[in-house]
Amino acid sequence: MSQLVLDKLKERFTTAIVETHSQHGDDTAVVDPPQWKAICEFLRRDPELDFDLPVDLCGVDYPDRVPRMEVVMHLYSISRGHRIRLKARVGDEDMAGADLDSVTSIWPGMNWLEREVFDMSGVRFRGHPDLRRILMYPEFEGHPLQRTYAADRTQPLVPYRTEAEAGMPIHKLEPFGPDEGMPFGRVRSPRPEDD
Amino acid sequence: MEPLDMELEEGELELPAEPMHLNMGPSHPAMHGTVRIVLELSGETMVKADVQIGYLHRGFEKMCERGTWAQVFPYVDRLNYVSPMLNNVGYALAVEKLCGLVVPDRCQWYRMALGELARISDHLTCDGAMAMELGAFTPFLWFVKAREMVWDILEEETGARLTHSFGRIGGMANPPTQDFKGLCRAALPKIVDLVEEGERMLLKNRIFIDRLENVGAISGADAVGLGWTGPCLRATGVAYDIRKAHPYLKYDEVDFDVPVGTKGDTLDRFLVRLGEIRQSKRIIEQSIDRMADDGPINCDAPSVILPEKTAVYTTIEATIQHFKLIMEGAKIPAGEVYSYTEGGNGELGYYLVSDGSGTPYRVRIRPPCFQITGGLSKLLEGRMLSDIVPTFGSLNMIGGECDH
Repeated sequence: MSQLVLDKLKERFTTAIVETHSQHGDDTAVVDPPQWKAICEFLRRDPELDFDLPVDLCGVDYPDRVPRMEVVMHLYSISRGHRIRLKARVGDEDMAGADLDSVTSIWPGMNWLEREVFDMSGVRFRGHPDLRRILMYPEFEGHPLQRTYAADRTQPLVPYRTEAEAGMPIHKLEPFGPDEGMPFGRVRSPRPEDD
Repeated sequence: MEPLDMELEEGELELPAEPMHLNMGPSHPAMHGTVRIVLELSGETMVKADVQIGYLHRGFEKMCERGTWAQVFPYVDRLNYVSPMLNNVGYALAVEKLCGLVVPDRCQWYRMALGELARISDHLTCDGAMAMELGAFTPFLWFVKAREMVWDILEEETGARLTHSFGRIGGMANPPTQDFKGLCRAALPKIVDLVEEGERMLLKNRIFIDRLENVGAISGADAVGLGWTGPCLRATGVAYDIRKAHPYLKYDEVDFDVPVGTKGDTLDRFLVRLGEIRQSKRIIEQSIDRMADDGPINCDAPSVILPEKTAVYTTIEATIQHFKLIMEGAKIPAGEVYSYTEGGNGELGYYLVSDGSGTPYRVRIRPPCFQITGGLSKLLEGRMLSDIVPTFGSLNMIGGECDH
């Protein structure tokens, strides 16, 4: 990775770059959501940056924070060999205002990625040519990768009639609720700290 | 359709046409996975192709947020189930990057050898299945026979043929067996012989070539814009291989070439994969030559590595350590990381967010064939219906990976 990208971004978009860091060598810039598309356009068009490969786009949900949803984009430049991670934080507690401008016109490969983030995390992309669900079916309610979506919730397209048909209890009982797994290994569960 | 009620002169018959809608898949004998393509046909030409995925969605990313970091390994096996070892190694490297761990040299060579074996199996499956879908059944059997040899070695090493769950944070589940090097040296020439035999049968076959050449072609710039990586991108002539561009493990210390195509058509993708099988053989040979016969395979990092079994049974400290690592999970330092390796289909990335606990806060996989499949409709539009089979086969869409 190179510091050059972050320096150029800070020089060009002074206030729109909220914060930057380079943890583990991954250069990261948190940007102001309204400037999302302009910054992407700059990263793609500037000959010294030339980010031509849309690597990844995903949403990370922090339900305790406002804005709640962090949209994370990874880009790579084949000619220059550098990478950048771009983040925008959008949406309040109820995911209202979780909108971003679509960058499909800059990288056609973002088409499916934006559909996936919409489907899984519930971020809407303005100006996307075809914003439908991609992994889940159209009748699906909610966005499974939001942390408020209970992990044990099922929404079968053809409803289960009996527990035998479901192959499991239709409503799981304690302790096999949403916290199934290793609840005491988590940070958030109340647990006396040993010194 | 409008009735033909007008008067027609002979020789000027023009049938009124309207596009026909055709559903292909999600379960179709000529398709290479559970994917549905909604086609709009004009005659036999595809006007519009809408590729719909998600039929194999199993909530991988959601499941990872519930167990420990180590419990993710069995899940990543099931993402790309034709080269699970590459996924195991990719995930292990991502968590190690987050912890700042570097595994011992012996383990690095071992991971490379196992990973390249998995790559051979991946490419053999893709090329073999593609030939079979075009009616060439025998080369498929040849390639599967070669793949069987790869799987025999992996079974000997890991105990499982397909879903190995062999990677560990900071090392591997077991050190290489005594016979590992011997098995590789015996099997690799046979695998290449079988590949050459299959190649001789296919590449002199006029019908096979005609169905692949200039079908599903894409330019390098278009492929990059779509986010393509791996053999499909290299077939267009863009020599982007992470093993060369950003070497990880010991890839910078071995000699190998990156096969590239010129036209980016289906034939090029087929040939690039065959070329990579030969390069993988070279990498494995160099790796096993340079891998030490003894020495540690795991990092000296008690915070993530399980203690010796004998110590667990005889000392209280090791018992407690084992208990804490299993029940609470290894505590991974808080932070975020994006780690990328060259998977069977291209850039296999893991974006991990840790809150410092024993459970991942977010595991995001960047599956290479998601974006490759995203470009499929562009390859198909304007082509004949029968071109779906070779084009789709050559992209090597793996349902488990593409649908998360």
